Amino acid sequence: MPGRRLLILFALLALSCVFYLTYGARGDIGFALQFRGPKLVALMITGAAIAVSTKLFQTVTGNRILTPAIMGFDSLYVLIEITLLFSLGGFGYAVLGESTRFSFSLVLMIAACIALFGTLMRQTQRDLHRMILVGIIFGILFRSISGLLVRMIDPNEYAVLQSNLFANFNQMDLDLIGLSSLLIGVAIFAAWRMRNTLDTLELGREISINLGLDHDRLVLVVLGIVALLAAVSTALVGPIIFFGLIVTSLAHQIVPSFRHRDLLPGTILIACIVLVAGQSILERVFHLDTTLSVVIDLVGGLTFLVLILRGNIR
Amino acid sequence: MIEIQNIRYAIGNSLILDQVDAVIPKGEVTAIIGPNGAGKSTLLSLASRLIKPDAGAIRVDGHDVHQASTAEMATLLSVLRQENHIASRLRVRDLVSFGRFPHNRGQARPEDSEKIDEALDMMEMRPFENRYLDELSGGQRQRALVAMILSQDTDYILLDEPLNNLDLVHARNLMMILERLKNVGKTPILVIHDINYAAKYATHILALKNGTTFANGPTSEIFRSEPLSNLFDSHISIQTLDGQLIALHH
Repeated sequence: MPGRRLLILFALLALSCVFYLTYGARGDIGFALQFRGPKLVALMITGAAIAVSTKLFQTVTGNRILTPAIMGFDSLYVLIEITLLFSLGGFGYAVLGESTRFSFSLVLMIAACIALFGTLMRQTQRDLHRMILVGIIFGILFRSISGLLVRMIDPNEYAVLQSNLFANFNQMDLDLIGLSSLLIGVAIFAAWRMRNTLDTLELGREISINLGLDHDRLVLVVLGIVALLAAVSTALVGPIIFFGLIVTSLAHQIVPSFRHRDLLPGTILIACIVLVAGQSILERVFHLDTTLSVVIDLVGGLTFLVLILRGNIR
Repeated sequence: MIEIQNIRYAIGNSLILDQVDAVIPKGEVTAIIGPNGAGKSTLLSLASRLIKPDAGAIRVDGHDVHQASTAEMATLLSVLRQENHIASRLRVRDLVSFGRFPHNRGQARPEDSEKIDEALDMMEMRPFENRYLDELSGGQRQRALVAMILSQDTDYILLDEPLNNLDLVHARNLMMILERLKNVGKTPILVIHDINYAAKYATHILALKNGTTFANGPTSEIFRSEPLSNLFDSHISIQTLDGQLIALHH
């Protein structure tokens, strides 16, 4: 049953991709593909990264409403980038080179997430309401510090960073595609290899320890993967708060399974369909009158409210 | 045999357990009894590796539970705690099949489904095996969780107040299942408040009071008026009714 649904999703994704690549392309199709191909790849790896990081985060926290973005992972990455720019200055920042800087920010991000959110999770131990609160406060804190630093730096230097501060699918950081694809691929492969363990981990600390998992260590490993994925997707398009939430909620509705071997591909496919189809429609049909991230955050914000009001957050 | 050696555990400045020493024999049903706040559940949490003791050790068949590999311990000792929040939307059968995880690491084998069927039948959960957990009553849910522990098929089975939420028929059935498990060589250990259930089904009693061992021995030694009255600091008289010892405490 989940297998057939996954096939249907796969077919839908293939359709969306063809639509994205060919719709409205006049003249030489090869020429259009050269432009649209890399963007399509970027959309899909971003979708996959957000999908997997959100699902993994929900698995280790044992809830279906918190996502790394809501908990402030994306804003933390933005803060790290701004702090780097602030402390190195625009020149130093540029000299460092894109991939060195990127790798450096990633390492910082993973360390910071494990330290911060690892401790937080040990403290709140499945006290969901406290986690939501702390997460939202973290998000505001990171954004405010970033805001302060942004006001203190040279406007020219600020321009270097601008693409990372706002979600934008029209101006993705395409230089990073190679490295990003590799990192996301490795992270998703690691998650896939853990799929059976993740099913058990989702049962909570008590039961998973009883079943012989080294729960606390595994949670840190998973948080590391989540941090990596969140950082890469933020670097590619910027922070989109509610995208992960939409995708995992849809996946839980569409893929009738509790197993990660079904849910991981399901969330990835749904995320890619939403991004590719959404971007094609906005870009080609509405000619960029609106940006996808705004639509996503609007729909996602409403989903978030509905989930909270219906009270089925577990 | 479970050896509890000189266990000490504190939260902040309050000492929860101090100098707890006891040997729980293999092949018997052991009841852990004691007033509220005696440290019964804490002792179970320690034995189940959820928390680490500040001093002392707990050994199961010679393996220190906090030193041995947790994956190996899961094939020797299973634990059901009082509260379990499960985020996944699971059917009863899926939950019970997780009991096989320590043995198959999530790769289901044919022999696993036999164990799962057996556990479901024992807890009379076969008719509900395709229900989702959130469609069950509290008692059915409790029985599903016990079935998961049974399918784990370990020599030692620790249960923290397993009779909670169970009506009297299912409570009695569960106790009879524990007795049956004892007869096939397993060692069930349970924290229990109803001392009359303890008297009828447990062959061994570990009594805790104020975070330390109060008494540890065969039920016949401990289920007497004097030790029980001292344990609970209130008068408890023991009567014989239909050849069965009954504690009158109200």
